Order: sequence, then C-alpha cells, then structure tokens
Amino acid sequence: MKLLYFAWVRERIGKADEEVEAPAHVRTVADLVGWLSGRGEQYAYAFENPKVIRAAIDRAHVRADTALAGAHEIAFFPPMTGG
Amino acid sequence: MMRTIRLQREDFDAGAEQAALARGRPDIGALVAFTGICRGDGISAMTLEHYPGMAEEEIARHVEEAERRWSLKGVTIIHRFGRLVPGDNIVLVVTASAHRAAAFAAAEFLMDYLKTQAPFWKREERGDSASWVDAKAADDQAAERWNRRADAAE
Repeated sequence: MKLLYFAWVRERIGKADEEVEAPAHVRTVADLVGWLSGRGEQYAYAFENPKVIRAAIDRAHVRADTALAGAHEIAFFPPMTGG
Repeated sequence: MMRTIRLQREDFDAGAEQAALARGRPDIGALVAFTGICRGDGISAMTLEHYPGMAEEEIARHVEEAERRWSLKGVTIIHRFGRLVPGDNIVLVVTASAHRAAAFAAAEFLMDYLKTQAPFWKREERGDSASWVDAKAADDQAAERWNRRADAAE
C-alpha cells in the first residue's frame, strides 16, 4: 500500500510518501500506526501522540479503528488548519 | 446547480467570481461571498500545504451536503496553496440562492467545514522561525454545531 504524510507528520518522518508491505496482523489504521512507530525513531516521533493523528483511506477521512482491507492509499496528517 | 471548486497557487478576483456565478441567472436573488485573508498579526508569511486529490474531493462532499440542506443555485469555492503574505487572499466561498437565508447559512457551513475537514495545513513564519498552526477548538466547535442542527432536524 502507498502511504502519504503531510505537514509535521511528513517533516518528522522525513519523507512525503512511501510504499510499504505491512504484516498480516496489521488490520486497522491504529494497527498501522503502531507498526510504523516501531520502524525507527522518526516514525516514533511522528506518531508519539496517536490521538492527534488524523488518517484518510483512499482520500476519505477515517477513524483509527477502520479496517485497512482493500486500501490503496493511506494518508496520515495532523488536525487540519485550512480556510 | 452551478458548482466550481478550484485549488490554485494564484490569486483570485472575488468580484469577478461573484459576477461569473450570477451572470444570466435571473433565478438567483441572493449571493453571499466570504473571503479569508492572511492576517498580519506578527507573521511575515504563511505556507499552505494541501493533499492534492483529497482536498478537491472533500470540498465537493461538503458542497453536496450543503446542496442537500439548502436550496442553492450555485457555489464557488477557491482555496489557495503555497506561500502567502499578510494581505493575500486565502479562500473564497460564494453561495447563491433565491433568498438570502440559504446563501448565508450555506456559506457559513462551508467555511466551518473547510477549516476543520479540508486537508490543508498552515505553517507560519515569524522572524527566523516557522511553525505549524495548531487546530483551534473553537473551529471544531463551529463545525460541530452543524451536526447538532442536523440531529435536531431529524
């Protein structure tokens, strides 16, 4: 699956996007955040407070307990500050 | 309904957009335009990052929701991205309807949702430092009140 990062999540991780193959036990958005957090210091820093992290699957907002099944593009970002 | 959604680096002309929406439309009796402008309170510049693709789709979803709630004749939303300085336009929302109540309410609804649900992030420059703007609880509350109204209407 393709992962996208925006704003300070992108800055902390140090890249805007990447392709990953998550292990089978990673079933939800929250599982993915947990798995990514174990991939290195920069990920742990980006996801240190999972409550403030927002996620989108295939360009639509989702909650942390949403299943990843069938997802092509998953984005992680801070609360939005547009307008 | 005439619907225009644009994300762009370039500036926009709020007057020209309003004229374009209302031109040749005698069914439109009310037109409300909101322009968000980059404030200069201590910042030297602001950079707006967005999620291309999702930003357009998310705005379109909220325009569709506004169409379900109010009888609208037209909506134009333009949101800029990139680096802006104080005084620059950021966002334009124009709503048109037969009577004023729908146009006023829909414009406010759309702005409240743009602030909290459209994937844009502001980074402010102050002197030599830059920092991401924190989301405001007041903006979340402003968007949330529309959910309460929907519940009340059901």
